[in-house]
Amino acid sequence: MLEIKNLHARIGEKEILRGVNLTVPDGEIHAIMGPNGAGKSTLSYVLSGRDGYEVTEGEVIYNGQNILDLPPEDRAAAGIFLAFQYPVELPGVGNANFLRTALNAVRRKRGQEELDAVAFLKLARAAVKSLHMKEDFLKRNVNVGFSGGEKKRNEMLQMALLKPGLAILDETDSGLDIDALKIVAEGVNALRAPDFSALVITHYQRLLDHIVPDVVHVLAAGRIVRSGPKELALELEARGYAGLEAA
Amino acid sequence: MSTTTVQDLAEQKYKYGFTTDIAMEEFPRGLNEDIIRLISAKKNEPEWMLEWRLKAYAAWLTMEEPDWARIHHPPIEYQALYYYAAPAKAAPKSLEEVDPELLKTYEKLGIPLNERAALAGVAVDAVFDSVSVATTFRETLAKAGVIFCPISEAVREHPELVRQYLGSVVPVRDNYFAALNSAVFSDGSFVYVPKGVRCPMELSTYFRINARNTGQFERTLIIADEAASVSYLEGCTAPMRDENQLHAAVVELVALDEAKIKYSTVQNWYPGDAEGKGGIYNFVTKRGACRGRNSKISWTQVETGSAITWKYPSCVLQGDGSVGEFYSVAVTNNYQQADTGTKMIHLGKNTTSTIISKGISAGHSDNTYRGLVRIAASASGARNYTQCDSLLIGDQCGAHTVPYIESRNTSAKVEHEATTSKIAEDQLFYCRSRGLSQEDAVGLIVNGFCKDVLKELPMEFAVEAQKLLSVSLEGSVG
Repeated sequence: MLEIKNLHARIGEKEILRGVNLTVPDGEIHAIMGPNGAGKSTLSYVLSGRDGYEVTEGEVIYNGQNILDLPPEDRAAAGIFLAFQYPVELPGVGNANFLRTALNAVRRKRGQEELDAVAFLKLARAAVKSLHMKEDFLKRNVNVGFSGGEKKRNEMLQMALLKPGLAILDETDSGLDIDALKIVAEGVNALRAPDFSALVITHYQRLLDHIVPDVVHVLAAGRIVRSGPKELALELEARGYAGLEAA
Repeated sequence: MSTTTVQDLAEQKYKYGFTTDIAMEEFPRGLNEDIIRLISAKKNEPEWMLEWRLKAYAAWLTMEEPDWARIHHPPIEYQALYYYAAPAKAAPKSLEEVDPELLKTYEKLGIPLNERAALAGVAVDAVFDSVSVATTFRETLAKAGVIFCPISEAVREHPELVRQYLGSVVPVRDNYFAALNSAVFSDGSFVYVPKGVRCPMELSTYFRINARNTGQFERTLIIADEAASVSYLEGCTAPMRDENQLHAAVVELVALDEAKIKYSTVQNWYPGDAEGKGGIYNFVTKRGACRGRNSKISWTQVETGSAITWKYPSCVLQGDGSVGEFYSVAVTNNYQQADTGTKMIHLGKNTTSTIISKGISAGHSDNTYRGLVRIAASASGARNYTQCDSLLIGDQCGAHTVPYIESRNTSAKVEHEATTSKIAEDQLFYCRSRGLSQEDAVGLIVNGFCKDVLKELPMEFAVEAQKLLSVSLEGSVG
């Protein structure tokens, strides 16, 4: 379970998050919607521990542990996964090598046995297949020369292998065509389980047709201003975000 | 092969003073003709070799230290150095006396326990159980007719080959450090691969410590006769201690018609401490001559050690259709300085050369690529491709690229690409958000950056080199 309590955070002098309160129980998928500049990406970076974001108040408890003092790699090991809005290119680093290094780093910290090359490849190939990706995906350099859709699929592949307890999707749907959108949705839906939860950050409602959320929250000006059932997304789509900040 | 290789080299370590050796008293500091005579006599060299050394010494006296490289160091007191072997007074007596940082590095690199003491310069009296391996090694090479022995032995056993080729690629007067080396060279490897023979194994300084105390003024000569091929591995991933601060090695390669030589180096001499104190000054002259038609010489180097690296492995492409390659990774951290690159001299028709250089600077270090591509008027159809990439870690370090291109033939094609980049914060965060530690992330990114070079290394060496790159850059970020 993820509990965000009165979270304030800033970049430099600029306060972006101004008291976010949010609870995501295990097994649930919550969507966070909101206008540009509301703090959606900041929230995802603060949760995953990126440098440069200073938390000035509040706490984030994940499975009983305050994670704000943990470096990003320890949060990953604790089960938090951030799917990037703009996945980063790593020239010269083979995807398989990257995935195996990451997976083994996480397994080591979780007290699980590391996978040898053979066991890893078996696992990775199965995951590649289930995401309808070509096998040469594993041989290519991480995100280098990938199309937008391929990059997002690669995020889903990483997520499938790292098996997070909490997935944060930071506008993973931006720039995707409908086929790629479905693949992202399948990637998340495949992980649905009583011990898996997700925060789906999105600007548009359309992703939520494919990943049906249990709760929809509206983030505006650094606070959650409304929460409601999945129908709230449709309402926002119809009426826009105008006026919400005052709510 | 007439005598042992590995065993000889192993034994030299004892001979040259990691035990108290009274004979050391006969070799005072400084350099003069008498010292050279003593060196030559100690090695039972024939008269011609002594004369060669003396001629080199006379030349050296008239020369001056080059000052064009982007390096800075206090003046080297040549008369304060030992030219045969330094007394071992400073050698630690046990591992307890060795810098714990050095020991930690050995552990990270996975150096076997029994090798650590020797590498750290501890006066050990048992080396490796290497005799059986050495024997198999020797027999296989002998069957193929390959000569692989210490150069001091080649001077005695194969004088015709040594006289023909020694100094033929790097002349005695080539440069200040080459002249010095020619006068006082300690030892090194000699390789001759006869016509049509493909050397059946990688010739390596497999026994990591075998270069100890010959590293100072090492001299290597490799000859691949017509249609012969050989791959030679030099160096060691473990940071080696050496009491001698100045190193001035010379390596000469000769490839005749259709011959191929691949020369791979991992250099990790002691770089000095984090404040820049101590460390080896490494002034190396490496050059290969592609004398024959369609011959090929390929240099691959991974340079991570030394306080100062001054080194330009080069190819002289004489034979028509000959090929020269240079693949380099140079890493500098803390206060290290590297000025390294290559020279590709195109003389023959349709000669081609490829230069891939990856420089990584961290800490307060300075890393310069300096390269010359010269196309002579005779080199119709010559081609060169050069790619120089620099990666900066932190904002206190420097990366410099100094390419010289001279073309005297209008049919030649010369391409040069250069990039400079920094390890981006988003790359690090991306890796860390997937569970990699900061240091593993840097290692992964740096190894990716160097991939085009690392893939040229023989498999086993490449794995060690990858580990080495990560260890060399530890603590450089964050």
